[in-house]
Amino acid sequence: MSDVAGLLERLRARFPDAYEYRGEANVVVDREELLDALRHLRDEPSLSFRFLSDVSATDWPDLDPRFWVVYHLLSMEHRWRVRVRVGLPADDPRVPSAVALFPTADWLEREVFDFFGVVFEGHPDLRRIELPEDWEGYPLRKDAPLGGVNTWYKGAFVPPPDQRGL
Amino acid sequence: MPVQRVPGSAREPTERELEEEVRRGVLLTTLAKAVAWARKQSMWPATFGLACCAIEMMATGAAHYDLARWGMEIFRASPRQADLMIVAGRVSQKMGPVLRRIYDQMPEPKWVISMGVCASTGGMFNNYGLIQGVDTIVPVDIYVPGCPPRPEMLMYGILRLHEKVMREARLR
Amino acid sequence: MGGPFRERDLPQVGGESFGGAAGTTAQAVPGRTEETMIINMGPQHPSTHGVLRLVLELEGEYVISCRPVVGYLHTGIEKNTEYRTWQQGVTFVTRADYLSPFFNELAYCLAVERLLGIEAPPRAQVIRVLLCEMNRIASHLVWLATTGLELGAISMMLYGFRERELILSIFEQVTGLRMNHAFIRVGGLAMDLPEGAEDRIREFLRVMPGRIAEYEDLLTDNPVWRQRTVGVGCVSPDDLLALGVTGPLLRAAGVPWDLRKAMPYCGYETYDFDVPTRTESDCFARYVVRVEEMRQSLRIVEQCLERLEPGPVMVEDPKVRWPAQLSVGPDGIGNSEEYVRHIMEESMEALINHFKIVTQGIRVPAGEVYQAVESPRGELGYYVVSNGGNRPYRVHIRAPSFVNLQSVPKMVEGALVADVIAAVASVDPVMGDVDR
Repeated sequence: MSDVAGLLERLRARFPDAYEYRGEANVVVDREELLDALRHLRDEPSLSFRFLSDVSATDWPDLDPRFWVVYHLLSMEHRWRVRVRVGLPADDPRVPSAVALFPTADWLEREVFDFFGVVFEGHPDLRRIELPEDWEGYPLRKDAPLGGVNTWYKGAFVPPPDQRGL
Repeated sequence: MPVQRVPGSAREPTERELEEEVRRGVLLTTLAKAVAWARKQSMWPATFGLACCAIEMMATGAAHYDLARWGMEIFRASPRQADLMIVAGRVSQKMGPVLRRIYDQMPEPKWVISMGVCASTGGMFNNYGLIQGVDTIVPVDIYVPGCPPRPEMLMYGILRLHEKVMREARLR
Repeated sequence: MGGPFRERDLPQVGGESFGGAAGTTAQAVPGRTEETMIINMGPQHPSTHGVLRLVLELEGEYVISCRPVVGYLHTGIEKNTEYRTWQQGVTFVTRADYLSPFFNELAYCLAVERLLGIEAPPRAQVIRVLLCEMNRIASHLVWLATTGLELGAISMMLYGFRERELILSIFEQVTGLRMNHAFIRVGGLAMDLPEGAEDRIREFLRVMPGRIAEYEDLLTDNPVWRQRTVGVGCVSPDDLLALGVTGPLLRAAGVPWDLRKAMPYCGYETYDFDVPTRTESDCFARYVVRVEEMRQSLRIVEQCLERLEPGPVMVEDPKVRWPAQLSVGPDGIGNSEEYVRHIMEESMEALINHFKIVTQGIRVPAGEVYQAVESPRGELGYYVVSNGGNRPYRVHIRAPSFVNLQSVPKMVEGALVADVIAAVASVDPVMGDVDR
């Protein structure tokens, strides 16, 4: 596939802890240095990750930091991808917004806010995008229930999948 | 059938009066049946396609499985001109009030077909995001299961709805 | 919103070099007053391609600002996958982008296979490419049909769906369903191609080029079509890249970025096909690009048929493979008789293995992976996280329609209301993909 070894070499010049898993390069940063890291990845000519593919998050309630926000960057010139991971503590899930660097992060960050409650500081319009505006709660967190109903099936009530104890 | 007595008269109704009575009753029933026939022959659906079932609904309206055979090829965009709402697809929590408002905007008589399992019961998505069955917000006449139902299944549901309309045969 | 409307607050649209409506901002609107009207388009609307809501601020017929509101089809697919096994996840993700279900399945299965560190057998890969390219044709046909309907070429709707029926009947023969197939599974495919499928695909390949020529006859030189689409919805390639737009929109702006060529998967580097590009970046260019992509997909399907070799369609590893041999019986697709006899009478281990894999699912090593494929709408990416168990820990779908929709305000501000419909149609959003 792509030349991950060459990419890791160039990444490690700035991020010495960059690692590779299953053919992908990963970089872990703190939230204070996130914007600098993204700017470096974008503007450095040997890296030139000028395309932001995706912003997403995962909730690991047993770990500290709890919320891991990931940014997937793509370099069209070098045909590389890199993942930037930021860990956020459970009681303070705030991270600076990348909209100024990558305008595409607008809706993607709104979606992460909608599902996880991660606040992106500096976002021009941070409100819910998928769920109704007055929805309470952040459904994709692990402590939020799946929210289904019991269904009557072949003579018995079957609870929704998160309560079946499987 | 009890015969209505002419007020102010205590005598038995004449044969002539009986005939009038029968004819009036039959005429009204026949009229109701004629109206029901006209309603079912050109029932215009409102466009309420939401998700995958909407594509199958469009395929049912397209040339291969033709809905125009039953006068239903025009999907009216405005609910004021429609009398059938085919809820085709999964109804999310955000869409629920919109669905109810469109239903309220349709003039009587109106019917609802709930197409697909997501509209009928919430389908495979038994979770926070979907309304588990559109019959919690609008009254449904026909449920068509399937994920998505084949065009033939939707047509069968529509034909059963036509039978229901003929059976109900009411003037209002 | 409050306060008087100031001209310097207007967003600048596209570049003047793209001409047409993109060059017209509200400053140039003749007879402009300070009165604007806020109009709501959708979510129930015949022309917004699904349950999309656009809040338009209009000055007469000109659009001052456009804000899309999405979420009317939010289904919670991502949360649902966390409560099912890895193989069951395929049935959920296939309904995200319901017009191109094979792409969802392919991206998800490729991501899980990368986490597992396995690769599907070669015959499975060829059939995956075959099905995906036919799905690309079907998706572009629906796009052509609905765009034609929305712009007034109603007969295009009937032609598009007529050809789509050909493709769907082939899908039905191969997978058992017309849509939302759940056929591409982790480790390969659910079943092999049945008897007679190859002949029907060849017949389809024989018929289709003539039909595509029919659509071009109908639309390409049609003055009404050209007036509605030429110069409408132009965005410069820099703006598109900044907004994260991929797919036919980007290729119609001159950027020849196609994941099948740039970062190939599933053996795409061995197929011979072109990536059509145009430079005008208007709706007409996007139409031409998509029609040409249909032709290129036909080329790929032909090459797939030629390189089909007999072989397995599922990996051999007993901890991963779907244990059953499926075959078509009198009541549909189910376990084949020999397999049932094998597990019930001959081998206890096979029975236990079958039981464990079907009820508990496979175990996928911990880690995270991002796999992107080139769907008919752009880059469809799956970010799959595993914690080592038998259920996905997190599945995030990078939906191309979601990201592409962000470019609609840029296309539309300063243009006419009728251009809003043409521009949204040319973005080809599928709301199941947008809202998941």
